[in-house]
Amino acid sequence: MTGMIEYLNSIWATVPADYQYLVIVTSQILAVAMTVILTVAFTTYFERKVIGYMQGRLGPNRVGPFGLGQPFADVLKLLIKEVIVPAKSNRFLFIIAPLLAITPALAAWAVIPLSDNFVIADIDAGLLYVLALTSVGVYGVIIAGWATNSKYALLGAMRSGAQIVAYEIAMGFALVGVLMAAGSLNLGDITRAQAGGFSHWFLFPLLPLFLVFFVSGVAETNRAPFDVTEGESEIVAGFHVEYSGVAFAIFFLAEYANIILISTLTSIFFFGGWASFFEGWTFLGEGHFLRQPSFFWLAAKISFFVFVFFWLRATFPRYRYDQIMRLGWKVFIPITIAWIAVEGVMSWLHWGPWSGSAG
Amino acid sequence: MDRVQSFIKSIVLWELWKGLSVTLRNFFRPAITIIYPEEKTPQSVRFRGLHALRRYPNGEERCIACKLCEAVCPALAITIESDVGEDGTRRTTRFDIDLFKCVYCGFCEEACPVDAIVETRIHEYHMESAGENIMTKDKLLAIGDKFEAMISADKAADAQYK
Repeated sequence: MTGMIEYLNSIWATVPADYQYLVIVTSQILAVAMTVILTVAFTTYFERKVIGYMQGRLGPNRVGPFGLGQPFADVLKLLIKEVIVPAKSNRFLFIIAPLLAITPALAAWAVIPLSDNFVIADIDAGLLYVLALTSVGVYGVIIAGWATNSKYALLGAMRSGAQIVAYEIAMGFALVGVLMAAGSLNLGDITRAQAGGFSHWFLFPLLPLFLVFFVSGVAETNRAPFDVTEGESEIVAGFHVEYSGVAFAIFFLAEYANIILISTLTSIFFFGGWASFFEGWTFLGEGHFLRQPSFFWLAAKISFFVFVFFWLRATFPRYRYDQIMRLGWKVFIPITIAWIAVEGVMSWLHWGPWSGSAG
Repeated sequence: MDRVQSFIKSIVLWELWKGLSVTLRNFFRPAITIIYPEEKTPQSVRFRGLHALRRYPNGEERCIACKLCEAVCPALAITIESDVGEDGTRRTTRFDIDLFKCVYCGFCEEACPVDAIVETRIHEYHMESAGENIMTKDKLLAIGDKFEAMISADKAADAQYK
């Protein structure tokens, strides 16, 4: 066995450094992308279970133990279904739209630090990259709505576009607050700025911004209660009304990948990313697993926010469209601007966690 | 004062938290779902399901072809023809119930003077081809023979209320 490993090592050593880098990064990308896609599959199961329990039901429980095979049954069913392309649609755009929706949702994971020493691309403008990619996601929706050549799809796409543009601004401003507090655009540095126990998390000094960011995230992903994009009673299913089979599955995948992405970003910006909740707590003993910052903590935080997404969906009825616009433009944007001013004054007075970095 | 109160409530999202707490409480409440094929809800002894024709303990058919059930049936689901049997008694030669017409009202059971036609508790049955919806005399008697223990126990349990 050791001989085998030494042999493989000797082969590896003969590979030029550039190619070694290529192989390593490609395998990292594959690992992260596959994990995200697999997580998406189980997120759909998780959603149905959570909403089921909240409604006094059981949710899926027929396929495999506890219904855990359900996501794979769904995927298999969607894979063998026919993709129907409407006769008067723009065929090229119709096919490419789901890909435009899924690509940004997966590409954003490149800059997400999953633990202290794992990030695919440790770039300094990570926050800008994430903002840019979450905005690009709207292209898939708009193009799908237009290419379908259906009134309902176009209306759904237009609603979605207006909504995403409106909430993108509030989201960007909320991130300005995070950027002021952390003094960096690098997601890893933002997390490190929150190290040292949960009292150091940005959640507390930036509470209004956290709420604005998370609710804007819900609106950005077109999830309930902001899912007018697919208002069943009004426009059937919105932009993906004519999509079936794999094309529909990819839209579905993109939606859930975005949910996980928004949850991850919320964890990183306001909840200390991979930092431990119990950091600095002495009663657990030195070097206890729960006191170590690790991917486990990030995963726990992501799971919690994904749960909140479904909790919101099970609780609130759909917003009326003009109320969505009012909330975005007249409530969230003023809140974020006001809080950035508050933050500026506080850092000018050297008061609060950001006094060192932004003063 | 009310305006101040409502302003504070809207600032701290009071109503939203109330709604979220309702769903969270229900999340931890056990589900009321009955997992049907494995679990079943309790059934009354008066449950009106599939029909059966009964016999006396000595094997003699109870039905005397009085046709009261045929007359009372509101859906006209029962068809009876009768003749004199080998032992000189009045017997049915044909006793058909069309399950597609039947509304499971139980009037036939009420009308029967000899407790011959009954509705059993069997409700999990199906038809696979056209014509199987007609329950002939043989089929009805076979069901009666097979489930006599259950039928007589149900009738005994219900007798005190009649």
